[in-house]
Amino acid sequence: MNLPTGREAFEPRRPGSEDVAWCPGCGNFGIRNILISALAELGLRPSQVAIISGIGQAAKMPHYINANGYHTLHGRAIPIATGVKAANPELTVIAEGGDGDMYAEGGNHLLHAIRRNPDITVLIHDNRIYGLTKGQASPTTMVGMKTPTQPWGVFEEPFNPVALAVAMNASFVARTFMGYFRESVEIIKKAIQHRGLAIVDILHPCVSFNRVNTYAWYREHTYWMDDHDPHDREAAFRRAIETDPLPLGIFYINERPTFEESVPAYRTDKRPLWKREPKLDLVEEFFESKRL
Amino acid sequence: MSEFRDEVSIVLGGAAGQGIQTVEGILTYALKRSGYHVYANKEYMSRVRGGINTTEIRVSSRRVRAFVRRIDILVPFKQGVLSWVVDRIGKNTVVLGERENVEESFLGKVNLVEVPPTKLALETGSQLYLNTTVAGLIVGLFHGDFGAVEEYIGKRFGDKGEKVVQKNIEAARKGYELGVKLHSDGTIKVEIKRDEKVKEEILLSGTEAVGIGALAGGMNFLSFYPMSPSTGVSTFAAQKAEEFRIIVEQVEDEISAINMALGAWFAGARAMVSTSGGGFALTSEALSLAGMAENPIVIHLAQRPGPATGLPTRTMQGDLNLVLYAGHGDFPRIVLAPGSMEEAFYLTAEAFNLADRYQVPVIILTDQYFVDTYYNLPKPDVGRVKFERYIVEAKPGYRRYELTEDGISPRAVPGYGEEVVIANGNEHDEWGDITEDAELTKLMQEKRAVRKLETIRRNAPLPRLIGSKDAKYLVVSWGSALHAVEEALEKLNRNDVALLHFSWVYPLNPETKRFFEGKTVIAVENNITGQFADLLRKELGVEVHRRVLKYDGRPFSVEEVFDALKGVIE
Repeated sequence: MNLPTGREAFEPRRPGSEDVAWCPGCGNFGIRNILISALAELGLRPSQVAIISGIGQAAKMPHYINANGYHTLHGRAIPIATGVKAANPELTVIAEGGDGDMYAEGGNHLLHAIRRNPDITVLIHDNRIYGLTKGQASPTTMVGMKTPTQPWGVFEEPFNPVALAVAMNASFVARTFMGYFRESVEIIKKAIQHRGLAIVDILHPCVSFNRVNTYAWYREHTYWMDDHDPHDREAAFRRAIETDPLPLGIFYINERPTFEESVPAYRTDKRPLWKREPKLDLVEEFFESKRL
Repeated sequence: MSEFRDEVSIVLGGAAGQGIQTVEGILTYALKRSGYHVYANKEYMSRVRGGINTTEIRVSSRRVRAFVRRIDILVPFKQGVLSWVVDRIGKNTVVLGERENVEESFLGKVNLVEVPPTKLALETGSQLYLNTTVAGLIVGLFHGDFGAVEEYIGKRFGDKGEKVVQKNIEAARKGYELGVKLHSDGTIKVEIKRDEKVKEEILLSGTEAVGIGALAGGMNFLSFYPMSPSTGVSTFAAQKAEEFRIIVEQVEDEISAINMALGAWFAGARAMVSTSGGGFALTSEALSLAGMAENPIVIHLAQRPGPATGLPTRTMQGDLNLVLYAGHGDFPRIVLAPGSMEEAFYLTAEAFNLADRYQVPVIILTDQYFVDTYYNLPKPDVGRVKFERYIVEAKPGYRRYELTEDGISPRAVPGYGEEVVIANGNEHDEWGDITEDAELTKLMQEKRAVRKLETIRRNAPLPRLIGSKDAKYLVVSWGSALHAVEEALEKLNRNDVALLHFSWVYPLNPETKRFFEGKTVIAVENNITGQFADLLRKELGVEVHRRVLKYDGRPFSVEEVFDALKGVIE
């Protein structure tokens, strides 16, 4: 059997992947298209890619793209993706989840992934609301928005992932709006190609529960950074704290050693861990040394 | 004059930071090299400096592997030690050391053999040599092999320069000569037969046995968050990471540790998490994921008393129920609890094959007492370790969660084969995609929680019976209680009492039931409720008639088990 190639290769053929759980008009469809294009344009094959997701509507992505996938637990996509990449650096590893997944439940893991710098791409579907649990505020919900569980209006300062990532000297930081297809494909391609942790905050509407941040709202309240040098950290930080309009594009690139490059496992042996066998001769040597 | 034949129990006591471990290291090594069987264990307080820590070293003409309460020779390095171990001091106990290290209230009541190690150390040049002086002194009591002392000091202090080595050897020699004199003038007579074969044996701690067992089992990824008493295994692995070309990462919390390890297994690594009860509590969410996704994982849990922070540096077999029931929903798991160093080595190695084969969490339960214990043993047979891989290639049409008769689906790893692998923490179809189908849900639940569990149960090894199968009394132990019970039974020396030891704790092979038929069953456990006794009832319908329980954060001593059993047996 010849498996398909190109964009078609990433279209799932499994029976259970036909029933897509997203609402009509949901931004996740756009992100799926963007991601499939990016993977296909990079010339990757499904068996070379692993998409690790948390919980939520965004996290259903592994079922709607044909690639290796692990649909895990709320907030835990990043440590699992880190483990996948560490065990097999030959894989292109993408961690995917929503703003609740990555910034609330998984906030601590995001911070430490920035420090650890595994060579994975973190895609955050940021719709500024909790959709799957029916419309509660998320860490990125704007101040003043009223929800069923914040009837008085949100008063917490919204999480600023871009500023946080730049402040922590992350390896690659970008923001895009999924309504801009071609630009988003290019940003995600660059994020995947970047060696090190790449964080892409992807703005997208929730047509069912977020009546404020609509497609039109994002177009009116964003702009592309055409004159920005992503290697300038101070400039990146200045852009990162702009809130209206929100800058889009690559904020910051900081080339530094990745986690996989730093561990001794691959210093002389490049094979993924599944191809390795126990070093029983060294075990024997250890026991010999215990005679002293 | 004091005389010790065949065996002596030496206890060194001092403050954390006083360097008692140096003495312990020299002693155990030099005495083993001299042909004596040695056993050592320590107890310590949860603090960096100060307090009172003690180390027990048993030196014997026969194999010794368990903690005894009795102290034959007590070496106090500071005041307060005698009060701390007062209930272990008997009329034959010799207190060996300086008068100022003995509290006023004990003077005249204990058998104090006054020696001046501090003075000897100062004569050598510095108070710093006190430890090596004391070590030499004790080795001298045995007429031990001084060459071995020199060799150990050379290794231990080698990187500090030749002068440090020489000075320490000089200090040890001064102590040694004093020890020989105490022996020859009859002050302390130690007569223990030597066994030439012991010289070639190895000294191994519980921490090392688990660590090297994991490496022998092909562990190539370890993620952890430091927590006493489990950290030793992570430190061991980190020290070996370069040589074995493995990944050892200290992560932000135990939640990350287990998730990272799950990711590593998903991609084909053999990963382990080492933690203690409090850390394991945090991992139960991911344990449940491992159950649903059928993601293999090996967890080493070194128990300490809980609940919550409990006693951070003390011991208990109190986390059996935690590992049996952690995680929501029904899914199988395997619980192993080594009782000896050999078992710790072979079982930890085997844990990785089991995880790979059954795709379930495999939990290795040790405890503070076990990881901090060491003794001499014949070198384990590395050739006995099998490396069994259960990974298949993902060919077109591959289904990760294929419904099978024995409940075990073929596990492929991403990148091996052209097809993709979908793992899922949601209920799923055979391909791994989400389902809410009622019939499929039933089939998947049955596959995991019934068929797979039955397969594991059927293949579970039987417990080890020590003694006659016709004995009237059956003493049951699990995990680290093994040696204390074993030795107590030897002392008891009765044909009608046998020991049934469990190192494979869960699930239990139904065949196990036959061991119990017609017996009076006595369980010995280091916890307050008898968690394993309850498990026997639940799993096998076996009634445990008497429970010998200890739960003060200390391990069982041979004497305690002996006394308790004597009280139970007619």
